Amino acid sequence: MACACSALYFLNLKGDILIQRTYRDDVERNLAPAFRSHILHTKGNDSVANLTPVRVLGSCSFLYMRQSDVYILAVVKSNSNAMLAFQFMVQTVNVFKSYFGGEFSEQSLKSNFVLIYELLDEILDFGYPQVADSSILKQYIFQKGFVTEATKLKREQEAANSTLQVTGAVGWRKDSIRYKKNEVFLDIIETVNMLMSNKGSVLRCDVNGKVVMKVFLSGMPDVKLGLNDKLEDVTFHQCVNLGKFNTEKVVSFVPPDGEFELMKYRCQDNIVLPFRILPIINEIGRTRLEVNVTAKSSFDSKLFALNVVISVPMPDNTAQAEIQTTQGKAKYDPKKHALVWKLKRFVGQSEHAMAATVELIATTREKKPWARPPIGMQFQVPMFSASGLRVQYLKVWEKSNYKVEKWVRKVSKSGDYSTRI
Amino acid sequence: MSDSKYFATTKKGEIHEFKEDLRSLDRSKKKEAVKKVIAAMTVGKDVSMLFPDVVNCMQTDDLELKKLVYLYLINYAKTQPDLAIMGVNTFVKDSQDPNPLIRALAVRTMGCIRVDKITEYLCDPLQRCLKDDDPYVRKTAAVCVAKLYDINSELVEDRGFLDILKDLLADSNPMVVANAVAALSEIHEVSGKDVFQITSNSLFKLLRALNECTEWGQVFILDSLAAYQAKDSKDAESIVERVSPRLQHANCAVVLSAVKVIMKQLDLIQDDALVRQLQKKMAPPLVTLLSAEPEIQYVALRNINLIVQKAPQILSHEVKVFFCKYNDPIYVKMEKLEIMIRLASDKNIDQVLLEFKEYATEVDVDFVRRAVRAIGRCAVSIEKAAERCINVLLELIQTKVNYVVQEAIIVIKDIFRRYPNRYESIIATLCENLDTLDEPEAKASMIWIIGEYAERIDNADELLEQFLETFPEETALVQLQLVTAAVKLFLKKPTEKPQQMIQLVLTYATQETDNPDLRDRAYIYWRLLSTDPDAAKEVVLAEKPVIMDNTTSLEPSLLTLLLGQLGNLASVYHKPPEAFVTRSRMAVQRAEDLAPASFEEEGPISAGASEAMPGPVAGPEVQSHQPDLLGDLLDVGEPTPPAPVAPTPTPPQPTARPPAPPTSNGNLQELLGGLDINAGAPPPAPVAPQQAGQADPFGSPAVRQDQAGGSSLRQLLTADRGKGLSIFGTVARVGGQPVYQLRFQNETAQPLDGFMIQFNKNTFGLAPANQAVNVGVIGPRSSGSASVPLVQNPAMVSPAQAPPTLQVAIRNNQLGVAYFNDSLPLPAILVEDGKIEGSVFVGSWKSLPEANEVTQQLPINIGSLESVRARLAAANLFVMAHKQVAQTNEEVLYITGKAATVDTPTQLLLEVRYSKAIPGIKAFTKSTRPDLAPFVFEALPALLT
Repeated sequence: MACACSALYFLNLKGDILIQRTYRDDVERNLAPAFRSHILHTKGNDSVANLTPVRVLGSCSFLYMRQSDVYILAVVKSNSNAMLAFQFMVQTVNVFKSYFGGEFSEQSLKSNFVLIYELLDEILDFGYPQVADSSILKQYIFQKGFVTEATKLKREQEAANSTLQVTGAVGWRKDSIRYKKNEVFLDIIETVNMLMSNKGSVLRCDVNGKVVMKVFLSGMPDVKLGLNDKLEDVTFHQCVNLGKFNTEKVVSFVPPDGEFELMKYRCQDNIVLPFRILPIINEIGRTRLEVNVTAKSSFDSKLFALNVVISVPMPDNTAQAEIQTTQGKAKYDPKKHALVWKLKRFVGQSEHAMAATVELIATTREKKPWARPPIGMQFQVPMFSASGLRVQYLKVWEKSNYKVEKWVRKVSKSGDYSTRI
Repeated sequence: MSDSKYFATTKKGEIHEFKEDLRSLDRSKKKEAVKKVIAAMTVGKDVSMLFPDVVNCMQTDDLELKKLVYLYLINYAKTQPDLAIMGVNTFVKDSQDPNPLIRALAVRTMGCIRVDKITEYLCDPLQRCLKDDDPYVRKTAAVCVAKLYDINSELVEDRGFLDILKDLLADSNPMVVANAVAALSEIHEVSGKDVFQITSNSLFKLLRALNECTEWGQVFILDSLAAYQAKDSKDAESIVERVSPRLQHANCAVVLSAVKVIMKQLDLIQDDALVRQLQKKMAPPLVTLLSAEPEIQYVALRNINLIVQKAPQILSHEVKVFFCKYNDPIYVKMEKLEIMIRLASDKNIDQVLLEFKEYATEVDVDFVRRAVRAIGRCAVSIEKAAERCINVLLELIQTKVNYVVQEAIIVIKDIFRRYPNRYESIIATLCENLDTLDEPEAKASMIWIIGEYAERIDNADELLEQFLETFPEETALVQLQLVTAAVKLFLKKPTEKPQQMIQLVLTYATQETDNPDLRDRAYIYWRLLSTDPDAAKEVVLAEKPVIMDNTTSLEPSLLTLLLGQLGNLASVYHKPPEAFVTRSRMAVQRAEDLAPASFEEEGPISAGASEAMPGPVAGPEVQSHQPDLLGDLLDVGEPTPPAPVAPTPTPPQPTARPPAPPTSNGNLQELLGGLDINAGAPPPAPVAPQQAGQADPFGSPAVRQDQAGGSSLRQLLTADRGKGLSIFGTVARVGGQPVYQLRFQNETAQPLDGFMIQFNKNTFGLAPANQAVNVGVIGPRSSGSASVPLVQNPAMVSPAQAPPTLQVAIRNNQLGVAYFNDSLPLPAILVEDGKIEGSVFVGSWKSLPEANEVTQQLPINIGSLESVRARLAAANLFVMAHKQVAQTNEEVLYITGKAATVDTPTQLLLEVRYSKAIPGIKAFTKSTRPDLAPFVFEALPALLT
């Protein structure tokens, strides 16, 4: 059945209850001790079965995930929809973040527990997710503080009137929105994941992109977005008319007010890799490493990358390193066991190198071979899209026919961008 | 201002303070107090004693305060049912409030309070709210019906709420429709009644609502659609057409539920091009699930595992996306590995092998082992890639990392099994690493290799000798392999050294060990060798059937079931819902719907998650994990399939085994049937049968035949009831096996033929080995006899009932079916080797719980001790001791016997007390199966008088 949970817990890292709400009577009231002793405390146990996020304990299933310093735990008795439960947890966290100014932590949960109980009463009913979208919830569940009795009364009146809309087909937007200046911001944010072998061949490479919009438009606007690529693998915000996309390949929607994620996409083919890393690491005897790392940028020379960090893992018994670079600063970070090379700005079509001599502490015992974790890389390349996605048009239509200012930006960021050594 | 201050109060006397504040007239003070109470409740403090004071705050205009009080009520109403009634007035009043949010809040909360008195008052407001003008109230009321059903299903049915819910499926508001679907689906599932059947009419409504409702509502609707059986290909196509746009939804649950609906309809669609197109369309959304949170990835991967078992082509080009990232959590890596193995083909194997090799150098030992096994499994399943896999394994062996080497040897054994006579040249490399092996499984594998290829390894005897030095300290697994390998070596190279070796091993294994498996195997080899070495050769060195890597594949019917459950917990555990959902209300017939055997095999549910993870055991090793007497003896080592229906290779013996018993031990009889076993070298020792239903191969059939043949047949069916056919019969034990002895008397004027027999389920699980009764044609007014061999089948077992009866059906071509009842005599399943030591008898009697003891007075007089002993012995009951109790002038007989109950034999312990002076006896019986006691008492009169 499509029920997400019988009870929902928010626990801190020690396993103490921060918030708990029971939705069904088929589970015991307090299962936090079970979670603590069977899940938290078996983490050290190396059996994989003890680490999975879905577990049977007694007659219940425990589904849990960690977000910052909080565990979210859903307990169910029936054969419920696990995907629904996890997706719901993820979105609940987003709702809370949106209410708490972007923060989700033990502290923010404690500081807002009254509001949270109110939200928990609204977003789940008998374990069935109802609404987990902050733009909808904020129409009738308010942040507390600063309200005078008069505004409060007015709000409650509005809230009472909002029910039609909340449950309706365009639940995410009310039609009374007015702006003096009508503006739309569209950001294409791409995360590039890559895994390259030490010989330079690409083992895996994909781009996870999302289109984030900030919409300040009056009335009930219809927006159409045209993109150059015929996107195969794409998912949309619930405001997008999926039927229309399927038949006409046009992204057509009535946007929510303010910021939201319009779409996510993923592509694997025809990706322009912004960087390549060429590592040469030689173990000289048992106490020395020679490291040469070259980084090449392959995007347009008019563009540049910002905040580039290249992290070259070293064995645990590293003593010290002598490093030279053609640009940027590099040093050995003993906490991460890695040579960390930072370049504030990396121009397109250029090449930089780092050379290091690393001394290792001789160990007496037979040491395990060094696991050689991959070299990691972080970067941001503004105005570059690794997938090659372009916005061809962005049309806004509203019955009052106002003028709209449109802004389109893009940026490519590193995801898991690693090179094996 | 932060709420966290409410958590800070831990001083004594706070309850009293709360109480005062709650009674305060100052509204803000009151509200603060309620907040503190809720904070205390959250951290687990008992604040139930404040119930009346908190409920007094319920009547308020402050919505926030009202919600807090309601929350308190939900938590504590059950503990204070009498006081909870105080809230009813406010609830009923709220349910008529002009504000729809408050109306909805009132029904929502009332539905959560499981107190009868509140429930009574819920019905009227609920009825109103289901027809409220406001959709928000209706959608809340729809869910409330499911709540009420959970508390009191009769009320829901009596008040006609189900019909109102069904009407809501046509509601103009999509969210109301979605919640009505959720509520109806739940009631349908929980009640087992047919309350929610999607028709083509409601289907249309649901599909329309699907486009408009919230993301969660879409999941409710899609999940209910997954149960819909389309009429034909066209119907299926139209559903898929309406559902497939959902694959593009940002919500992972919507995507997966849409996949579930499409997968289900795909089977019905006849247009192959469309099927391919749809499969292609499903791939990207499935892959996209892997860019979500790791927990979502995990659920997705478990589901993708099912999907590729059914249709690997959907993702056959996508193997790269399953390559593990360095930072993936271990549970994600393990699942990815599993899918990589499934998607590996001779086209992508080079890439995949490079990955596996990379993983084999990582730090996590479990993961490394799994990666090495993965290489072996690919070698076994992809013939063209076997050589490349072996090369990678050899490279890994060169790393000399201990656990990598051991794991590699284990999988190489499987590769040898799969491709005999092809890669033996690498044995030399393996032998170099002999000294580093310290894990039983690796050792056992290496020993198997040495034994199997003894003729090609020059110094096989020396190598084995090395292992034999530590024989007594080894684990059973290694010992069993050593015994087998020594026998193989001897049969292949019957020179002096192996002969000494085998003497040594067999002597040790038969005399020094406590392990019955090891001892039995050694005995069988010993007898085999001393009786007929050529036969031994044929048996031990027989050609082995080819193995397959199918251990982690699910049985087709289970797979189909699980594909209908995509997204649900069942799909994560890879188990049918019944295996982990315990719900007493679940209708009984539903439990029976599932294949009974499919799950019993898989072990207890507490191991759920670990079971569900495809274990580290690749198929072929199963042989060494669960030493099955027969399998190992032949060294067949069939990869035991996870479920009984999966195809298993048949052993190469010429078989004419009875078809019914699912135990492979049926073969043992044949195997040993032709040999005069008692002529073997060592004296016959008590051998514990491995499983019920197995006849004792060491018994002497001739003697038993006479005794059992003496039992008289009872009339079971008279001629007037049997339309002219009368039947006499009894269940007896002949030749160490239960048989049904039958005599048919044909009183009609026509010849009868085509006799067939069938049993109903019974306590012993007895069933005819063959349905056909071998009596041929029985002429008019003549008779015919038959002896139907019986077998014990776990599927035929029913719980013990009294009186112990056996329901039999016999049909023939002329008269049709006749039914009758027979008794189920215990001696039929008493095995010949039921004798135990006196000390064991006393020990078992004491160790069994008091509750297992059953006593009965029987109105019989004991005959002469000698004849009683003989009669008991003929029925395989053994008198342990006979003593006189001086004080009471009583005599006591201690009797034991072993009943071949299905699964495990039951040792029956029996004490009979009697006195010459007083008629009648008193019998006490004790065993692990007290339900067998009536059978014992039933059998006693015939045996003791």
